[in-house]
Amino acid sequence: MNYSQYIALIPLLPLAGFIVLGLFGKKYFKQSAGIIATLLLLVSTALSIYTAYNYFFIDGKIDGVYHSVIPLKYKWLSFSENLSIDMGILLDPIAVMMLVVVTFISLMVHVFSLWYMKGEERFSTYYAFLGLFTFSMLGLVISVNIFQIYIFWELVGVSSYLLIGFYYDKPSAVAASKKAFIVTRFADLAFLIGILILGLQGQTLDFGVLIQRLTDIQSPQFISITSASFIGFSVMTWALTLVFIGGAGKSAMFPLHIWLPDAMEGPTPVSALIHAATMVVAGVYLVARLFPVFYINHVSLQLVAYVGAFSSIFAAIIACTQTDIKRVLAYSTMSQIGYMLFALGVSGIGDEHELGYTASMFHLFTHAFFKSLLFLGAGAVIHFVHSNEMKDMGGLRKLLPITHIVFLIACLAIAGIPPFAGFFSKEEILLAAYNSNKFIYGIALFTSGLTAFYMFRLYFLVFWSKTSSAHAHHREGNAAMKTPLVILAACSILSGLVSFGKYVSADGKEIESHFHLVFSIAPVLLAVTGICIAVGLYKNESGKPQRVASFFGVLYKSAYRKFYIDEVYLFVTKKIIFNLIGRPAAWIDKNIVDGLINGIAGITADISSAIKGIQSGKVQGYALYFFGGVLTLAIIFIYLWK
Amino acid sequence: MQEIPISHILFVSTALFFIGMYGLFTRRNMITMLMSIELILNSVNINFVVFNKYLYPEKLDGIFFTIFIIAIAAAEAAVAIAIIINLYRNHQSIDVKDAEEMKY
Repeated sequence: MNYSQYIALIPLLPLAGFIVLGLFGKKYFKQSAGIIATLLLLVSTALSIYTAYNYFFIDGKIDGVYHSVIPLKYKWLSFSENLSIDMGILLDPIAVMMLVVVTFISLMVHVFSLWYMKGEERFSTYYAFLGLFTFSMLGLVISVNIFQIYIFWELVGVSSYLLIGFYYDKPSAVAASKKAFIVTRFADLAFLIGILILGLQGQTLDFGVLIQRLTDIQSPQFISITSASFIGFSVMTWALTLVFIGGAGKSAMFPLHIWLPDAMEGPTPVSALIHAATMVVAGVYLVARLFPVFYINHVSLQLVAYVGAFSSIFAAIIACTQTDIKRVLAYSTMSQIGYMLFALGVSGIGDEHELGYTASMFHLFTHAFFKSLLFLGAGAVIHFVHSNEMKDMGGLRKLLPITHIVFLIACLAIAGIPPFAGFFSKEEILLAAYNSNKFIYGIALFTSGLTAFYMFRLYFLVFWSKTSSAHAHHREGNAAMKTPLVILAACSILSGLVSFGKYVSADGKEIESHFHLVFSIAPVLLAVTGICIAVGLYKNESGKPQRVASFFGVLYKSAYRKFYIDEVYLFVTKKIIFNLIGRPAAWIDKNIVDGLINGIAGITADISSAIKGIQSGKVQGYALYFFGGVLTLAIIFIYLWK
Repeated sequence: MQEIPISHILFVSTALFFIGMYGLFTRRNMITMLMSIELILNSVNINFVVFNKYLYPEKLDGIFFTIFIIAIAAAEAAVAIAIIINLYRNHQSIDVKDAEEMKY
């Protein structure tokens, strides 16, 4: 077991980049900021790949089971003998897998940004923020303690906020960053309460001990947390639900998804890193981290499954109607995360049943590659046409040949066409759903058809459709832009071939990847159907899409308006919360609190203006007061003080 | 020779004290006010000496106090005159009514 301290370097190098570039970037590293940050991250990436190699192939396995290893841990804040907040590093299959994914995608985004953000006024600040984000995300995935994960959870929230609002002179970006911050903060409040309940009942905040205590039905902690109940549900259900709300907020699950589409105001590489591949899957990761506990509590696991399934179809329907390229991708991300969550929700523990867990992590892994590829490709397109709207694009396949090819690969991957990565992971998810919940399987199957349709709608609208307008004087971009795209495209093709079940499973044991040719016919057929419809509607410019839209009528219109969820939120906040809570509170503040303070100040002012004449500036007046005082004291002491 | 009774001397010192007081409050000239203060101090000196002499003839405390007061009065007069000279330079006057800016 040779996990020395170098693992701590993986998150600390981006942190060093953040500190150096944040403090001195504007002065000294205006041009070289990107290179410095990229090189630091390159070292991190190499270290995490080395760690992964060590863990998976050399010494992570004991008797055929992957164990979790804690190479570093120290007590940071101790409340009592057995309740403390620790800082440390926990390595287990999902943590190691996430380390590789986060550093790798982050590296790709760093390289891509060298080209995309070139000439930006706050170039060094941008890289500083990217470093902060990478540090926090890496800290999150290797947390040993549920409170440590919460600290890093908030840190990724902050860096996401900073990066969404990067163009702070754009009002829409500022509004979007605030929205993201408030919505996720709101969810994090629930998460915090959940943590406190778990800590109080489980008598520990340490993941390992907590999971062990809460899954052992003999332990006193388990008995106390399940026997206590509140409004008909056990305290354990409440705690897990609250924790899941936190995860759902970060992962943009219905109904807390409203911030994700708006978050697309940030620079596109940021969307690729934070809002597609890494931060938004933190909720999935959290559920996976606590999976044994969720599994033992049937209600909360069902909640995870149904929220995931509903979000996946809900977002897919909206994605079919959006016209902003990044918003389509944002809804697609939400839909895919829904996939991962319901895969966890239908999973179990033990040989046959834990396919869902592995499938979910597998999908997280492959999705990170093809979704960040889609976003970076979209970034290249946006950089080229200077617009997010798909109506300004079209016919770009000749002008952006490399972007076109990698985008097509990513679309095929997400649509689940063999042999691209998405096919394998989606297949496993569908199989897991089929084995345990037919209803969710139906939803998932329909969603996968929809996914193929809207991705190819996007693809054809951007790269085919009308003949290109005059943009020919632009060039596609330099190596800094093409290299990440090509590498990610290669990953999108190959990452599906990894036999993931060998390495990642709920109990650390190897599981067989179940691959049934017959079973995969239905989803592939559906995906092909979706693609064919997209070809028919969008390959050439025509009036057909409008006719289809008017055929669906109300459904189309409400999907286009995102099912009015934003409006509902606005109604609730503006009309109900503002009027019923905000205004009375403002009235009390203005009239009672302010009145009290103003009253005290007014009385003081009145008294002082009444008596200020005493300070007349006349020396003899002062002498008179002095003798008057002496006289009074004399009278008191001589006659009255007996 | 018959000794002067203590009440006579106290009468003198009291008279001196109130003359000084009167001068301090009525005069506008700062030099005169300073002189009035000296009168008040001297009335106090007389009191110290007299009480020492009549009540505790074997001790010297009161006389020492008197010497201290004289010394401090000299210092005080020096400081006060310095202030008055500076005021005069600013206001071209040593009338207290002309130095009334230090107020609310």
